Amino acid sequence: MPPRTLFQKVWDAHVVTAHDGQSPLLYIDLHLVHEVTSPQAFDGLRANGRRVRQPVRTVATVDHNIPTTPRGLPIIDPIAARQIEALQKNCRDFGVPLFDMDSAEQGIVHVIGPELGITLPGMTIVCGDSHTSTHGAFGSLAFGIGTSEVEHVLATQCLPQKKPKTMQIEVRGKLAEGVTAKDLALGIIGQIGTDGATGYVIEYTGEAVRGLSMEGRMTLCNMSIEAGARAGMIAPDETTFAYAQGRRFAPKGKDWDDAIASWRLLATDPGAKYDRVIEINAAMLAPFVTWGTNPGMVVAVNARVPELQSFTQEADRRAAEQALTYMDLKPGTPIERIAVDRVFIGSCTNSRIEDLRAAARVARGHRVNPKVRAMVVPGSQAIKHAAEQEGLDRVFLEAGFEWRESGCSMCLGMNPDILQPGERCASTSNRNFEGRQGRGGRTHLVSPMMAAAAAVTGHFTDIRKWKFE
Amino acid sequence: MQAFREHTGVVVPLDRVNVDTDQIIPKQFLKRIERTGFGEFLFYDWRFSGDGSKIADFVLDQSRYQGATILIAGKNFGCGSSREHAVWALADFGFRVVIASSFADIFANNSLKNGLLTVRLAEEQVTEIMRRAKERENYRLTIDLQKLRVDDGQGFSAAFAMDEFSRHCLLNGLDDIGLTLQHEAAITAYEAQHPVRPTMKNILAG
Repeated sequence: MPPRTLFQKVWDAHVVTAHDGQSPLLYIDLHLVHEVTSPQAFDGLRANGRRVRQPVRTVATVDHNIPTTPRGLPIIDPIAARQIEALQKNCRDFGVPLFDMDSAEQGIVHVIGPELGITLPGMTIVCGDSHTSTHGAFGSLAFGIGTSEVEHVLATQCLPQKKPKTMQIEVRGKLAEGVTAKDLALGIIGQIGTDGATGYVIEYTGEAVRGLSMEGRMTLCNMSIEAGARAGMIAPDETTFAYAQGRRFAPKGKDWDDAIASWRLLATDPGAKYDRVIEINAAMLAPFVTWGTNPGMVVAVNARVPELQSFTQEADRRAAEQALTYMDLKPGTPIERIAVDRVFIGSCTNSRIEDLRAAARVARGHRVNPKVRAMVVPGSQAIKHAAEQEGLDRVFLEAGFEWRESGCSMCLGMNPDILQPGERCASTSNRNFEGRQGRGGRTHLVSPMMAAAAAVTGHFTDIRKWKFE
Repeated sequence: MQAFREHTGVVVPLDRVNVDTDQIIPKQFLKRIERTGFGEFLFYDWRFSGDGSKIADFVLDQSRYQGATILIAGKNFGCGSSREHAVWALADFGFRVVIASSFADIFANNSLKNGLLTVRLAEEQVTEIMRRAKERENYRLTIDLQKLRVDDGQGFSAAFAMDEFSRHCLLNGLDDIGLTLQHEAAITAYEAQHPVRPTMKNILAG
């Protein structure tokens, strides 16, 4: 057999059938389900008298529109409540396991999969959510789908898929102090653009990627979709195995040993070819801050909002002009002079325990600027609990941050956590689209440390100069 | 799914790049549990001001583009969130075709499942159609999926590509769940060789 990439190996292992004139049919090992993109899919099953083919390969939770206020309180938004009730009923009717509001396992769907050991290397994973790419950190092929495809997977546990192309992103060298996986992701998108990887599955390789923790790898793979990629993947290694071992739904005993042996074979073979290769020099990266209305509109924290003349393409220049108008920013403004009203630490990109530790390290011994409202939203109940065991909640609360219940929260503002018109936010989430965090809200994407620093100083601040207590 | 063979309609130019699905249908409208009724919220934040009143100059609501069924926009249309609600909103508003020089993958997939045709043309061709749609009143295009051609009957004509299986499904309005279920034997055989890991079986017990 010719040398194969990680992607090719996972793909080959999941092709159920490949007929002439049809897209190959791919078997889906795990289907994650949440309240927003599933109700119409379950209704489709009902209308056609179909069942869920593999309830044990389907896992549901509520995350997108639940409040992050204490769990005992009622859900005030009746439409959100109706959607949550619909998921509860659908899971009951079709026998799908659900980690509900009051469950100790509840959390953002892309946080709980890995944390429960449901997500493992070499799998195919889908969810009606574009940030499903997160799970590629384990060397799985994981991608977001629409509601029609959710219905398709519920009914058949398969998806017809056109085979994507492969792109290697090799990150040479080490990340400097203060430069995180988030900055690496933003740096890559800034370089290749928000459609730079459309049609491709990215495999991240190189010293800087190997050096990332699983949390960091999840952050990096999570943002693959912001470069347009179908998925992002990282070959599993000792870091992966150490993370997965002993988790609740991970294999045990001899099954674990067998699993590790098979996962070791997933790495890309020497000599395997990618359709496209991009090299990134880690030394060129810095803590990044987005200035515009998509994640590719990004500069280093010690740089300035770009001049319009710097855009060579007419369409890009106009897009930048529209973005600056929306963001109420002037070309040439130093990023560190931009003041923020809100800070959001959370989302499937940056709400894991390591993210909270990094933010708490910055916040420790400081106070949130009186002009800023800052909130921390752990990715899951398990993370919230772990952080409280470590005393991180005390650090945040004493500094003046809000410490809230788990969910997607202000990443997309489907629940009551939203920006008011004109408010400017330093956010650890993944999208700075117009209105994403609330109509008229202005979002700047940053790492957890950079968000915490902005909360304290009231403006963007280069974390490399931070005086840690 | 609604079949698509040939369609002629008025073209409305949305001259922006990277139109994301958060713009096509903002999040506050994703809480509905139905597939219908999203059209009135299409491009909501661009069409309506904070108090709910219409923003007069937004291109979709200009009188000359009323009844348009073909949307043309800049590159990377439909990027961002996987929400199929974006496609439901476009279709519910009356669109049958979106033309752009590139589409985000998930948006293109979602469109296919709903009989909304995404036509990819070269950047220069998009620019030319955009120019004509702005300059000429009642500018119409015919999109022929059988011949894979776009034509305005006024000198502009272009071929477009589409993978054969997707084209076949669209032309015939096929339910692709039905197609997959035709492979029942192969799926069952695959499942027999790849059983669920024992630890996952406990998940149903709670």
